[in-house]
Amino acid sequence: MQKVYNKILSVTGNVITVKAADVAYEELAEITTFRGKSLAQVIKLENDIVSLQVFAGSQGISTNDEVRFLGNPMRVTFSDNMLGRIFNGSGIPRDKGPALTENMIEIAGPSVNPAKRIIPKNMIRTNIPMIDVFNSLVVSQKLPIFSVSGEPYNELLARIALQAEVDMIVLGGIGLKYDQYMYFKNTLEEGGALSRSVFFVHTASDPIVEGLMVPDLCLAVAEKFALKGKNVLVLLTDMTNFADALKEIAITMEQVPSNRGYPGDLYSQLAARYEKAVDFEGAGSVTVLAVTTMPGDDVTHPVPDNTGYITEGQFYLRNGRIEPFGSLSRLKQQVNDKTREDHRAIMDGLIQLYAQYIETEEKRAMGFRMSDWDGKLLKYGNLFESNMMDLSVNIALEDALDRGWKILAECFTPEETRMKTDLINKFWPKEAA
Amino acid sequence: MKQSKGTIVGINGNMISVAFEGNIIQNEVGYAISGEDRLKSEVIKIQGNIAYMQVFEITKGLKVGDEVEFTGEMLSVQLGPGILGMVYDGLQNPLNELAKMHGFFLKRGVILDALDFEKEWEFTPTAKTGDTVTGGSVLGHVKEGIFEHKIFVPFDIRGNYSLKSIVKKDKYKVVETLATIENEKGIKHDLMMYFEWPVKIPITNYRDKLVPREPLTTQTRIIDTFFPVAKGGTYCIPGPFGAGKTVLQQVTSRFAEADIVIIAACGERAGEVVETLREFPEITDPRTGKPLMERTIIICNTSSMPVAAREASVYTAATLGEYYRQMGLNVLLLADSTSRWAQAMRELSGRLEEIPGEEAFPAYLGSRIAQFYERAGLVELNDGSRGSLTIGGTVSPAGGNFEEPVTQSTLKVVGAFHGLSRDRSNARRYPAIHPLESWSKYKSFIPQNMIDEARKILFKGNEVHQMMLVVGEEGTSVEDYIIYLKSEFLDNVYLQQNSFDAVDGATSPERQNLVFQKVLNVLKEEFKLKEKDEARSFFNKLRQLFIDWNYFDMKDDKFNEQEALINQLIEEYSGDAKGL
Ligand SMILES: Nc1ncnc2c1ncn2[C@@H]1O[C@H](COP(=O)(O)OP(=O)(O)O)[C@@H](O)[C@H]1O
Ligand SMILES: [Mg+2]
Repeated sequence: MQKVYNKILSVTGNVITVKAADVAYEELAEITTFRGKSLAQVIKLENDIVSLQVFAGSQGISTNDEVRFLGNPMRVTFSDNMLGRIFNGSGIPRDKGPALTENMIEIAGPSVNPAKRIIPKNMIRTNIPMIDVFNSLVVSQKLPIFSVSGEPYNELLARIALQAEVDMIVLGGIGLKYDQYMYFKNTLEEGGALSRSVFFVHTASDPIVEGLMVPDLCLAVAEKFALKGKNVLVLLTDMTNFADALKEIAITMEQVPSNRGYPGDLYSQLAARYEKAVDFEGAGSVTVLAVTTMPGDDVTHPVPDNTGYITEGQFYLRNGRIEPFGSLSRLKQQVNDKTREDHRAIMDGLIQLYAQYIETEEKRAMGFRMSDWDGKLLKYGNLFESNMMDLSVNIALEDALDRGWKILAECFTPEETRMKTDLINKFWPKEAA
Repeated sequence: MKQSKGTIVGINGNMISVAFEGNIIQNEVGYAISGEDRLKSEVIKIQGNIAYMQVFEITKGLKVGDEVEFTGEMLSVQLGPGILGMVYDGLQNPLNELAKMHGFFLKRGVILDALDFEKEWEFTPTAKTGDTVTGGSVLGHVKEGIFEHKIFVPFDIRGNYSLKSIVKKDKYKVVETLATIENEKGIKHDLMMYFEWPVKIPITNYRDKLVPREPLTTQTRIIDTFFPVAKGGTYCIPGPFGAGKTVLQQVTSRFAEADIVIIAACGERAGEVVETLREFPEITDPRTGKPLMERTIIICNTSSMPVAAREASVYTAATLGEYYRQMGLNVLLLADSTSRWAQAMRELSGRLEEIPGEEAFPAYLGSRIAQFYERAGLVELNDGSRGSLTIGGTVSPAGGNFEEPVTQSTLKVVGAFHGLSRDRSNARRYPAIHPLESWSKYKSFIPQNMIDEARKILFKGNEVHQMMLVVGEEGTSVEDYIIYLKSEFLDNVYLQQNSFDAVDGATSPERQNLVFQKVLNVLKEEFKLKEKDEARSFFNKLRQLFIDWNYFDMKDDKFNEQEALINQLIEEYSGDAKGL
């Protein structure tokens, strides 16, 4: 039994209110305007006044438009038929394929009991040394790429997606530029991965509110596939657009902003999504790689800041490279002791020296005389940047570790490197250049 | 007491407004009925006949008109044997039991008893019929793991009672009556092994609160030597994300010399708790020979779990801590992160439309933080023995900037400040506690004058370093340069510590005394070093020897051999040629 109302009391921003009875919190409604139908979700109940956020935006809504309550919260279809399909932010096909209405599942379901979680243990190899050596990616990790706009973050996302040995890819686009959407589609197609992918794409030209559902849609579908044993990689780009949509609704609802206009629950909202990353014991897993663009290259901006507190590290993309400073994989220690015995030492050692190089480079730029040691550091820094950091480097972890020793030996004596003696004895290149 | 009823009239996120009849109390628990589900909620504001309640569950599907049943009880926890080793959510629901019943997900509206009501405990009475008792008096004890778990007269019993009867030594369940007490007015209570206590009320059944003095060893060198924590004291660890707050608390929970450690995972990642949860049962506590889990309680209300329960979780943790303190134990409560708790308050305050303070935090933020840390303390119990509750909380300041309300309010009340620095963590100088900015009001087991000497080198070394950035190495004298090298040496071999190494990760007080003495000797020595290159290469060698030394077990022969190598090198270069 569906309830229909024809009197819209107020329209503010993308939120409307109607007088209605027996409506459930977060229930969906369908609004019919001259532009067509749009979904809306209940976000507040006060006596018989119901506030709804309208996914298609409020432009053109007439006070006598029809509001039909659907009696259920947001749901999405779930079946193998979704593979290779592309949906919009309301879960409706965007490609030319048939509508899918079978087996509807609720989105934004309960969280996983922490007691049922397991310690992540499987590394995802990307053949990018800045990831594999220094910040290993791990199955079930949630990790964003922090980037200013203009950096090749979507390219990096696609490259990792194709390189990673996962069963399925779920791509969520939030405010995605049309050409980037096409880029993902074409790249995954060429890489032969489209038939094991599902897209939920909200583009930059779609109504802002519609982007709000994308992460939940992706994660609900990914979670179900994972429970069926699939290892799923979820790509979300760009979560800053998601946060901006949250901000817009919060301001409309006259919530007191906590920081630069963002609502006080931004952290909880982001966490509810990112925490869906999981490794189900005896079944599959969900790994989440996201893009968080940093307005003004400011990592203390509320979106990257809150994200960094939630995710298990971040890859910092700058000048087309993954920066060693600021980048972090919090799960790396779960896996990098099982790769090769020198992995951790190389990881720490190379970075500490690179930090010293940066300092020396600053001194050099200021015109100071360079000591012998400075000279060594400068040589080292240049080698490190060209042979490790450059994103074009595409080599296996073990080769990258060997390359690390080689760079050290080209620049330093063993004790200058602070490496433990037993490792030096074993790995230091014998015929140092 | 008659229980009141109400009807939902508004829903906004996790807050509902409820029109009620009869009487209700502030912080009373009620259940919002949504079909099959009973959603636990707490009264947080009363205005006329409207109660504002925070719901400890997702409110999806609730409707205006749904019924609310009040319980007449404040939000409480169950206190009794069987808490150690447990993993609870913020409201003391046992998560392992929930998992057994409902699988992977946290099903809404499920509430289980925190204690096992079927398990039998061997109770040894110590009180006798006719004894005069009151709240907090000891009736007897049971063995809980390695501890003698005292069974108390419930803490809310006021005035004197006479013990009318008490059972003999035998096995009992926590719900069986063990004793009966009666006062002059003829009021009687049947007492069991467990009772309930409201989490937001501190337990104060002790004689006196004392000033914390004795160090609580964490086995992290920079803390124990430079910025110590005291038993019964408080401290905070603010730091930007990724600076190492959680890792630092994890190693502390493992190595700290406390009887009991309570980990309150408050609004942070679930994955981090899992490590503890899975590893602790496997790790043997060297001090007791038992699995570490047996001295640990985990309160786990991670970031995607309901926000209102997150708000409650730190109080749940503090209450359990106070309870074990009543047994004369030293309890350490580690809360990660208190900022998430503060944010939960902020979310709620916003929904209540209270006048916001700085960064939209409620105006009472500071007093709530102070009240929370006040629950720590070293106390003299009524029998003259002592117990302590130490609280260490991480703070996650927005943008890593300490000039924000939660950090500032916390710094006003705590006894030690371990400020983590982005620069240090970027340079992988772990633990990234800033050696120049951090402070502690407590005393270390290492003499203060020695610490002062070492800190002086750190300050001077930093000055030289700053100067070198301006004038370059060539503009720096050899003497200054050596001071810089000495401060780097102290940083590298002593302040920095590899938390993930079995030996280096935990340094006993005995070893800290020994190593610190040797490091200090190096700092004070005037070496025969004429040039900067020579100095640098000497300190490089010395550092290498020390770092290797840090990785040798003290009982290992290599430890002594390495020490000899170090002495030899120092002697070779020492100014007066007679060595150290
Ligand atoms: N003491 C340490 N030794 C080595 N690595 C550390 C240490 N502390 C932190 N790290 C590294 O930094 C990462 C982030 O630390 P974490 O404690 O999770 O930060 P925070 O809680 O401050 O966000 C860890 O995953 C680890 O890689
Ligand atoms: Mg943390």
